[in-house]
Amino acid sequence: MNVVVCVKQIPDPADPGALDPETKTLVRTGKLILDEADSYGVEMALQLVDAAGGGEVTLVSMAPNEEQGGLRTALAMGAAKAVLVSDDALKGSDALTTAKVLAKAIARTGEPDLVLTATESSDGYTGTVPEQIAELLSLPSVTFAKSIAVEGSTANVQRQTEAGYDDVQVPLPAVVSVTAGVVEPRYPSFKGIMAAKSKPLDAVTVADLGFDSAQVGWNGAGQEIIEVSEAEAREAGTIVEDDGEGFQKVVDYLAELKVI
Amino acid sequence: MSVGSIWVFVEASDGTITNTSLELLTKARDLADTVEAVSVSASDVAAAAGAHGATTVHQVDGTDGKLVGPAVASAIADAVAAGGGPDAILIATSYDGRDVAGRLSVKLDASVITNVVDVVEVDGALAGIVPIFGGSTNVTTKFTNDKPDIFLIRPKSFAAEESGGGPAAVASLAVPDLGATGSAVVTNRFVEEQTGPSLDDADIVVSGGRGLGESANYDLVEQLAKQLGAAPGASRAIVDAGWVPYSYQVGQTGKVVKPNVYIAAGISGATQHLVGMKGSKTIIAINKDPEAPIFSVADLGIVGDVHKVLPKLIEALQNR
Ligand SMILES: Cc1cc2nc3c(=O)[nH]c(=O)nc-3n(C[C@H](O)[C@H](O)[C@H](O)COP(=O)(O)OP(=O)(O)OC[C@H]3O[C@@H](n4cnc5c(N)ncnc54)[C@H](O)[C@@H]3O)c2cc1C
Ligand SMILES: Cc1cc2nc3c(=O)[nH]c(=O)nc-3n(C[C@H](O)[C@H](O)[C@H](O)COP(=O)(O)OP(=O)(O)OC[C@H]3O[C@@H](n4cnc5c(N)ncnc54)[C@H](O)[C@@H]3O)c2cc1C
Repeated sequence: MNVVVCVKQIPDPADPGALDPETKTLVRTGKLILDEADSYGVEMALQLVDAAGGGEVTLVSMAPNEEQGGLRTALAMGAAKAVLVSDDALKGSDALTTAKVLAKAIARTGEPDLVLTATESSDGYTGTVPEQIAELLSLPSVTFAKSIAVEGSTANVQRQTEAGYDDVQVPLPAVVSVTAGVVEPRYPSFKGIMAAKSKPLDAVTVADLGFDSAQVGWNGAGQEIIEVSEAEAREAGTIVEDDGEGFQKVVDYLAELKVI
Repeated sequence: MSVGSIWVFVEASDGTITNTSLELLTKARDLADTVEAVSVSASDVAAAAGAHGATTVHQVDGTDGKLVGPAVASAIADAVAAGGGPDAILIATSYDGRDVAGRLSVKLDASVITNVVDVVEVDGALAGIVPIFGGSTNVTTKFTNDKPDIFLIRPKSFAAEESGGGPAAVASLAVPDLGATGSAVVTNRFVEEQTGPSLDDADIVVSGGRGLGESANYDLVEQLAKQLGAAPGASRAIVDAGWVPYSYQVGQTGKVVKPNVYIAAGISGATQHLVGMKGSKTIIAINKDPEAPIFSVADLGIVGDVHKVLPKLIEALQNR
């Protein structure tokens, strides 16, 4: 079984970056890392390929400046190879354009049985890319997967719901988005890290995928930020050190609020 | 120029229209001349949708036992193609809502503005207000094309208010052949048992985080919640750790709550948690680290050990 995992490489969330006052886009410095949200999909894919007893995991990523740090991490976990789309023309892309690029990159890998994504990225978190990819590839999809089991050409997916979960059956090929935290991503071993350095990475531009640079990036984006403002801040509260009677402050406050 | 027509994707749970749907209908009424709804269970929602301003509910058939995204998106896209579509579509950031928005975006080749907490009119067009950096900054985003506007809106962004309208008329929206995209089927629905008030409706929410130390200590949160008639909630850290089910999670990838009182015990206050509870009327935080970001949004902060403060607090409430 062949699985493609879309992995986003993002700035370290510990350093969220800032908005450029001119272009109103996020300015990021420093190396990109594998989005933690995608580490679950990578783990899930590795487990599924293992269970199927054959096949491989291919990564697909769109990132600026041919950044590949995050891809190398996922390769070190055990993925076999990667497609990296990097092109200055992609700057300013909205989620739909991102999905169009990823869909083309996925098609370039052949005909995977399953495409995995996270439910949403940690930095852009529109959460629309997985369904957009599925629609672009005319594939069925299941979002918010808690677990995936493949039987022949069907995937049985537990899909998170408001009240619990649904058991969903979907014929393959399909797109499934994986909920964060549902598997324990493996740590790359030293051997894995060394092996990752020589695993094949197919670096492509938008032209290689058949796009015109006028269709992507700023040009292709269907939206623009027209204003940036400070959100209303909450008034500073009272912070007290617990001296053994801290609980009483809470009781008094709840009484003042008339909820007890 | 005001907006002519807005459609709202209206959802139901157990045969009852969701609060978020009512919030979106109320907002749509402020923005547009006509408000119509799209639903996979029109007969369940027509009365409430009408009472909140919808004139018509468009029924999308054929979704029984299926995931609804592909059918709803295709039906709306066909209506738009036939010239009978709206100027804008409001969709809640829910499991099914996100599916609909993603598919519809491709069908219409239109961008989606996501994580919206308010929709405003700017120079005759609609724009979305989107919080970034954990809510410290707001950006206003507008569409740059003349496609129907698609907004994905966070729950609890607006207050639901009735318009006094009668039941909405039910019309049918044709669903084209979905091909492979319509082939995911739901074979079983599992509902987690829940006691006490739900996170959505509770007047008070008590949430616990990793600072509780271990799974068994979540009992302190449950006891406190019981004393206060509150709903118990959680940070993602302890959901991921398996201490409580996902349905307890508050935050960006969990529930958005806006109770009268929110109590955070042993929660650091990561931006992804804050976006889910910052709108609470009052916030009380207990954390042993005086630098914890949760204190920046707290009305009352107790710098202390949850294992000491919570048992005393529970006892004091029992004795009242
Ligand atoms: C603060 C902020 C707000 C934004 N708001 C919007 C908005 O409202 N509408 C809009 O259209 N765009 C928006 N964008 C732009 C959007 O985030 C980017 O286009 C981004 O490249 C794709 O969207 P995402 O990360 O939000 O995807 P999501 O849909 O959140 O991503 C889900 C999953 O898809 C896969 N994936 C997504 N991007 C990539 C990638 N580059 N490479 C590999 N896999 C990927 C990953 O598995 C990811 O976890 C915003 C960006 C920022 C920084
Ligand atoms: C894409 C994405 C989405 C996310 N979505 C969510 C979401 O929806 N909801 C969410 O909550 N998180 C979410 N997160 C995770 C978030 O970033 C944090 O990791 C998480 O909220 C931390 O949980 P916590 O506060 O319980 O744990 P920690 O950050 O570990 O904080 C524990 C706190 O407890 C305090 N503490 C320790 N011992 C004690 C004691 N004895 N007494 C009192 N205090 C003590 C510590 O000082 C610390 O502040 C998301 C992350 C990503 C990347």
